[in-house]
Amino acid sequence: MYSKDGNDYFVVDAHIALWDARPENQRNIHGKQFIDCFYDYHRNLSPESELWPYEEYLYQGGERLMRDVFVDGIVDHAVFQPARLGEFYERGFGQTEEAWALTQAHPDKLTYNHWFDPRDGEAGLDQLRADAERFQLKGVKLYTADWHGDSRGWKLDDPMAYRYFEVCRELGITNVHVHKGPTIRPLDRDAFDVADVDHVATDFTDLNFIVEHVGLPRLEDFCWIATQEPNVYGGLAVAMPFIHSRPRYFAQIMGELLYWIGEDRILFSSDYALWTPKWLVESFVDFQIPADLTEYAPISVDQKRKVLGLNAARLYDIPVPERLQVADADATATGPRDPDAADKNLAMA
Amino acid sequence: MTAVLPRLSDAAVTAALDTVIDPELDEAVTDLGFVRSVVVEGTDVEVHLRLPTSFCAPNFAWLMVSDARDALLAVPGVGRVVVELDDHHDSDLINAGLAADAGYRGTFGHEAELSLDELRATFQRKAHTAAMERALTEWLRADASRTEQAVGDLVLADLPAGTSRDSLLSRRAALGLPTDPSSPVLLTPEGTRPAPETVAMTLRKARSVRISVDGNAHFCRGLLTTRYPGSDADQVFRPSIDSALPLEVLR
Repeated sequence: MYSKDGNDYFVVDAHIALWDARPENQRNIHGKQFIDCFYDYHRNLSPESELWPYEEYLYQGGERLMRDVFVDGIVDHAVFQPARLGEFYERGFGQTEEAWALTQAHPDKLTYNHWFDPRDGEAGLDQLRADAERFQLKGVKLYTADWHGDSRGWKLDDPMAYRYFEVCRELGITNVHVHKGPTIRPLDRDAFDVADVDHVATDFTDLNFIVEHVGLPRLEDFCWIATQEPNVYGGLAVAMPFIHSRPRYFAQIMGELLYWIGEDRILFSSDYALWTPKWLVESFVDFQIPADLTEYAPISVDQKRKVLGLNAARLYDIPVPERLQVADADATATGPRDPDAADKNLAMA
Repeated sequence: MTAVLPRLSDAAVTAALDTVIDPELDEAVTDLGFVRSVVVEGTDVEVHLRLPTSFCAPNFAWLMVSDARDALLAVPGVGRVVVELDDHHDSDLINAGLAADAGYRGTFGHEAELSLDELRATFQRKAHTAAMERALTEWLRADASRTEQAVGDLVLADLPAGTSRDSLLSRRAALGLPTDPSSPVLLTPEGTRPAPETVAMTLRKARSVRISVDGNAHFCRGLLTTRYPGSDADQVFRPSIDSALPLEVLR
C-alpha cells in the first residue's frame, strides 16, 4: 500500500518478469538485439537515479526481484507475464521455474501467468491444460510477435488460437494479456494492427483481453477497439515511464484512455525489469494533467486508485481491504466511457 | 588531355532523400536522423540508413530503404546506387534483396503476399487525419470562445496561412481529397463531411491519431539518440502545435 497526502492506494503491478538475457542464455544475435532494445528503452525513459548498468539489466534473480518490486511495501501484489522467446534464448526469456518457485514462496504477493503459442498445435493444447493445473492459471500472456520455426508471428484470430481460447474458457483462465509486437506475417499489413483483438473479444465475451502497452504504437486503434468492447482493457506497461521523460505525452495518453475506455479498464504496470515500480507509483500519485491541455479534464484520486490497483485486483480476485475500495464508474458498456474527460468546455470551466 | 569526371552534387542526393518518408511517422528520413551516411564518388552514391531499434517493423523498414533507392536512381546523371540498412534484425535479408533488385515479394518470400500498397495507403490516411487535427486544434486554441462543434462548419479558406494548412493541403492532394477553399476541413475517415451530431467524436478520433503519430515520432527520435549517441544533431523536429509546450522535459 502507498500513502500520500492522507490518501491510501492499494497497488497491483500487473506486468512483471523474471528474465535471463545473459550471453550464456542467448541463442543467437537476436537474443542480444532483443535485450539491447529493452535496455535502450530503459536508458531513454528512466530518471538518472533509476538507471541500471547493462550487466545488472541482463538478469536479476528472485531475491533482487522481491527487493525491487516490493521495496518500501508500496506494491501489494504483482503478476508475472512471461515471454517465451525460444528462438532467441536457449532456456527461453522468462524463467518459468524460478518465477514459479518465487510465487509459491510468496503466494500472497505474486501471481504466475504463463504463455501459450497456438503454433504448438495439439501438443500445446495438452500442455496448456497441464500448465493450468500446475500454476492454477487465472491468466496468460501472449506475445504475437514471437518467432517459431519459420513463422515470425501469429494472430489472435487464427483458427488454432481459437481452440486455445476455448480451453481457456473451459478452465477458467479468464485474463488474456496480449502484447502486440511487430508481427511479421503477412508483411503486407500493419504489423501492430490490433484488429484481431476486436475479433476475439467479440467471440469470447467471457474472457478479458488486456492489451499491453495500451496498443502502443497504435494507441488510436486500440482506443477505438476498446471503446466498442466491454471486455477489452489497457495495460500501461511501457506507457508508464513516459510520466517522467515526456509528461505531457503521458498526460495525453491518460486523457485519451479515460475518455475512450474509462477509469475501470486501465491497469498499472511497471513492466519490471524494464523499470521498477516504486518511482512510477510515486510519480503517478503526484501526476496531474496539465491545466493548459484544455482538451482533458483533471484526473481524480479515485481514478488513480482504480488504475494503480483496484482494476487489476478485481480481475485476479486479489483481496482488497474494504476501506480502500472505490465504487465503479457509472459508465456505459461501450462507447466513450467518460465523455466529460475530454469535454473542452468542461475542462476549461 | 584529361577528361573531367562528372560528380553528383550532394545537394541533389540530399534533395532525393528528403522525399523519403517514414510512413508511420509521416516525416522525412532526413529529418528523423535515419540517414547514417552518404558517400558520393563520381556519379556513384552509397547511403546507409539506421533505425531506432533492431526490431522496428521490417515492412516499414523495407518501404524506407526501397523508396530511398528509387529516389536516388531518379537523380539525373546518377551511376551506381547502393542503399543499405544497418543494425536491423532483417538487415541481411533486406540488403541482399535490395542489391539484387528482388522487390518486396522476392525479398521476403513466403512472408509477403501481394504488395505494401495498402499499408502505405493506410498510413497516408493517418497522416492526413493527424494534419487535419493539428490545423483544427490550432484554430480552436487561438480563441477560447471557439467550440468543438464549430469545427464542423470550418472550410479550408478559414484556416490561417502557415505550416499546418500547407501540410494539410499536401496530404489532401496525396490522397486525392478536395483542396479547394470551400471544402470542409473536418472529414470522416471516409473523406466525407460528418453529420453535426458526430462532429466532436470525429475530431476526438482524429486527435487520438495525431497524439499517437506525434508521440511515436518523439519516442523514435529519443530511442535513436540513445542507440546512436550524437544522432540528435541530425534530427529536425516537426513544428509542433505544442511547440510552446514541448512534449519532452529534458533531464
